Amino acid sequence: MYNFEFKQPKTISDAVNALESDDAQALGGGQTLIPTMKQRLASPSTLVSLTAISEMKGICKNDDGSISIGGGTTHADVACHSDIFFGLKTLAENIGDAAVRNRGTIGGSLANNDPAACYPAAALSVGATIVTNSREISADDFFQGMFDTALEEGEIIVSVKFPVPSSSSYQKFVQPASRFAMVGVFLSNFGNETRVAVTGASEGGVFRWCEAEAALNEDFSDGSIKDLSIDHKDMINDIHASKEYRAHLVKVMTKRAVANAS
Amino acid sequence: MPKDSGIGAATRRREDARFLLGSGRYSDDISLLNQTYAVFARSEVANGIIETVDTSEAERMPGVVTVFTGEDFVDVGGNPAGWLINSRNGEPMKEPKRPVLAHGKVRHVGDAYAAVIAETEQQARDAAEKINADIKELPAVIDMASALSGSNFVHDEIGTNQCYDWGWIEDNREATDNAIKNAHHVTTLELVNNRLVPNAMEPRCSIADYNSANDDYTLYTTSQNPHLTRLLISAFVLGIPENKLTVVSPDVGGGFGSKIYHYGEEALVLAAAKRIKRPVRWTATRSESFMTDAHGRDHVTKIELALDKDNNFLAFRTETMANVGAYLSNFSTVTPTILHGTLMAGNYAVPNVYVNVKTVFTNTAPVDAYRGAGRPEATYSLERVIDKAATELGLNPTNLRRQNFIKSDQFPYVTAAGLNYDVGDYDAVMDRLEHHADLKGFAKRRKKSEAKGKLRGLGINSYIEACGIAPSNLIGTLGARVGLYDAATVRVNATGNISVMVGAHSHGQGHETAFPQIVADLLGVDPNNVEIVHGDTSKIPFGMGTYGSRSLAVCGSAIVRGVEKIISKGKKIAAHMMETTDDKVDFDEGVFSVRGTNKTVSFGDVALKAYIPHDFPIEDIEPGLEETAFYDPQNFTYPAGAYACEVEVDPDTGQVTIESFTAADDFGNIINPMIVEGQVHGGLAQGIGQALLEGCVYDGDGQLISASYMDYTMPRAADLPSFIVDHTVRTPSTDNPLGVKGCGEAGAIGSPPTVVNAVVDALRSADHDVTHIDMPLTPERVWAAMNN
Amino acid sequence: MSNVTMTVNGKTVSGSVEGRTLLVEFIRNDLHLTGTHVGCDTSQCGACAIHVDGKLVKACTMFALEANGAEVSTIEGQANGDGSLNVIQQAFKDHHGLQCGFCTPGMVMAASALLKTNPKPSELEIREHLEGNICRCTGYHNIVKAVLAASGQDVSSIAAE
Repeated sequence: MYNFEFKQPKTISDAVNALESDDAQALGGGQTLIPTMKQRLASPSTLVSLTAISEMKGICKNDDGSISIGGGTTHADVACHSDIFFGLKTLAENIGDAAVRNRGTIGGSLANNDPAACYPAAALSVGATIVTNSREISADDFFQGMFDTALEEGEIIVSVKFPVPSSSSYQKFVQPASRFAMVGVFLSNFGNETRVAVTGASEGGVFRWCEAEAALNEDFSDGSIKDLSIDHKDMINDIHASKEYRAHLVKVMTKRAVANAS
Repeated sequence: MPKDSGIGAATRRREDARFLLGSGRYSDDISLLNQTYAVFARSEVANGIIETVDTSEAERMPGVVTVFTGEDFVDVGGNPAGWLINSRNGEPMKEPKRPVLAHGKVRHVGDAYAAVIAETEQQARDAAEKINADIKELPAVIDMASALSGSNFVHDEIGTNQCYDWGWIEDNREATDNAIKNAHHVTTLELVNNRLVPNAMEPRCSIADYNSANDDYTLYTTSQNPHLTRLLISAFVLGIPENKLTVVSPDVGGGFGSKIYHYGEEALVLAAAKRIKRPVRWTATRSESFMTDAHGRDHVTKIELALDKDNNFLAFRTETMANVGAYLSNFSTVTPTILHGTLMAGNYAVPNVYVNVKTVFTNTAPVDAYRGAGRPEATYSLERVIDKAATELGLNPTNLRRQNFIKSDQFPYVTAAGLNYDVGDYDAVMDRLEHHADLKGFAKRRKKSEAKGKLRGLGINSYIEACGIAPSNLIGTLGARVGLYDAATVRVNATGNISVMVGAHSHGQGHETAFPQIVADLLGVDPNNVEIVHGDTSKIPFGMGTYGSRSLAVCGSAIVRGVEKIISKGKKIAAHMMETTDDKVDFDEGVFSVRGTNKTVSFGDVALKAYIPHDFPIEDIEPGLEETAFYDPQNFTYPAGAYACEVEVDPDTGQVTIESFTAADDFGNIINPMIVEGQVHGGLAQGIGQALLEGCVYDGDGQLISASYMDYTMPRAADLPSFIVDHTVRTPSTDNPLGVKGCGEAGAIGSPPTVVNAVVDALRSADHDVTHIDMPLTPERVWAAMNN
Repeated sequence: MSNVTMTVNGKTVSGSVEGRTLLVEFIRNDLHLTGTHVGCDTSQCGACAIHVDGKLVKACTMFALEANGAEVSTIEGQANGDGSLNVIQQAFKDHHGLQCGFCTPGMVMAASALLKTNPKPSELEIREHLEGNICRCTGYHNIVKAVLAASGQDVSSIAAE
């Protein structure tokens, strides 16, 4: 790993200032960034750890019923919090492994936007709002392709606001080696509207499966998915799964999400 | 009644305390004063000409002490292959030089062509990046069939990618061809035995220390066989006199074959330590382990099974291409041949066997023995084609096997593949399996699974392997360039406790616990008074190390022989003490007695006397009580077993889950059943890993795609069930004094076909016309098999 | 170089580290606590698992400076006061839950983290909790058995024969 200057600010504004220096990079839980740096694939000159910023941690219920999760909140803390809805709880419980969940943060996961990460599916499915140090970004605008987001240089995810669906489910088919999602489907049902977001499958990163949403808005049952198919053209092809198989899994996982939603 | 100590007792392991307390001493835990760090510059291309290696910038980097390139090793020897295998036409195999650092050409991704020695590891790593190598990339030789037919050579100087074209037994070829031509039924199967990465959890590590005043070296290294490593370095590579080189393998974090071999990094740190007169250390990153540890398996095979109209086996005929990678690793030539072809009769009374193996150089990491080494490949081919034959003929696969078993009254039995099986009872083992696996209840369990929407399958397998390698006289005729005996020195100290210096190395096998059980039983002493010393060439007599499930059968037998010599000398001393002659002295349970009298002396008194020989008849009895024995067996041992696996397949995704796995093995006599069961569990996990999860993948350019745990699937706890294991059928080996056979590899040998047989059975239960799926049976492969 | 201070196994320690110094490097190279191992570079094998502020983490995926002021415990701090094996360690020994010993410190640390939050885990819960700890020797059978036993539960369902 290349060396860097380590900074650990205690406030968001200090972190923002620290990130203004050239080649500075924010460090969340580090569960992706540190392995990447070991391979010398990233070489920030300054690493700004966000883990000491207490105002970025924790979970609270907002007046409008939505849930806000601090960007520095770990997966483990999300998984065991009583206000977290079913699909999101399942998702947080199954990211990585126990040790990874104790370090990895929701802000880090969303900012990285790994095409196989779990959180982007939840955020996109429920239509979360990503709250940064300078603005609010809707999930539909936030994810802009593999490892690409609407975040500007030095912008920090302070919290994420999740509307609470009446029922939800996250179905993850794991890539057996990395335990990331080979395909992950997050389904949220808001009564009048169902949203389906898919991670792990597409070259373009997380996406909404609009045909499935339309069919489920007509009839919320797994039978509605039966005759749908999803184009495999833009799916990821790797040694674990072909495009065709991933497309197939999207459908199977979506059906299961419908059946499992709670 | 199980015993609570000595042979047969499930004694808890004494080595556990240090591992559990964090006080193990693995190579990387060793820190030497004034040490430096080596980091290697490794090829990023699979095949390329090294035009220039410019080290000047690296040499100027902070902390750099010195830099090596392939040029520095042009005049030293290559790392040799341990077995000479001849082709069918009598020609010797091709043996291109395997240099310490690549020179002229790089031949696989990860092939090291330079090394930096620096004050810190990070400085060495920073500097290694500044080595400017101009490497002209060439097309890679990856696919074995194309390698054999093409004219792009991994080693230009040998003018072929074929190492040898081996026939076993060549004289049986015609008879086998005729048997197949005239058979009532022939089942043919083409299959791939997938390439694996051993992945011992401890990455390789080597630390060299050089004392210029004495001109002697110490190498701390992660080896399964320190003497073999020393021999290779001394006799072939660096020419350091054996008596000037000490090789220490302290605690070693698993081997599975990958730490048998001598690797270039060991030679580099030794040469570097001498050049800079400071200790030099290197520890592999896991990425380096993936690229450079010897891989396993990687066979492409066509097997045919001929049967008569009564379903008796007439012949097995096999054609195999075996990948050896870019260079010949030490056991790479014997693994696909002797350790594979000789087992191709399996457990069966089959009159004709013929095996052809073409071994192929490719631009991939070297391939060598990995847990099971050749026997898993043989078992997989046999047990898959037998299952396919049962399917084609509408027969119960268990009954088809039983019908063709060598029967218990036929031993010793010389197979059509040339081995002499001394003893066995395959039906008895199958009986135990049927009982423990409740095969009768399978139909009911299948119904239950079907009610959940899952397909359930049952796979059965029987296997045999050859362990306790080996009789030196036999392997010598088969091409071995070393002997494969083992050695033990039994030192009875003056105060009566015992040190046993053994050639076998323990890296998880529990020798420190099991070997004292033997000594304690034979000498009638408390096992806690017996200490095992291993892993240091300056302390132990000699030894060929631990692999091939040989430690107990070969080294354990050497211990027995050493103890027998101790008793024999002890009788002389006791006779002197009791004023009689040694032919009148008996020894039992730690007491020497004069036959027909009540005169006795204890073992402890004899030991003390041996070291305080004030009134010894010194011309008849030397002082001291220490004996060394080398043991070389007459035959291999032949563990055998029968395994059953039940799987559920998710028809929507192809996901396979192991619902139960039962293993019944005949390991002959057992010293410590707890350790035996642990060995079986571990073998099963690796075999199930091969069947379902693990696959080493190179792309067409020779890039290693499965280069980390992000892409190479290691079996995790939740991928595996609890296992049912049975070892109550015990036909003791007739070829060693302990009657033991070896248990380390069985699980990895027997389980892959069991799992695949089960998955195929599950799919066929839903009328999918599937007869074979290549490993690993990933969800996609199973799903694709169901959906054509 | 920056100074770092933390409590490791109850003792206050400090040292001077680079930004890039991993916590596991600090523990092994500076504190000479070599029971915490490094088995991979992708944060998966768990051989380096330790507890930081009471939570299971991988010491290879955290910088030493991130642990400034933290309470760290490693395998060397797990024994009973008299140096004897603690309940989990003893269960690993009793049930042969280790072979080569390399993954063992991480396994023990992972098991102890589990039992703190889930004192009576089921076999499946144990297996799932160990997802981040790879063992190549044991096939996990006896590790699972050891964790069950350490939690005071019956292990007869994890049949040996």
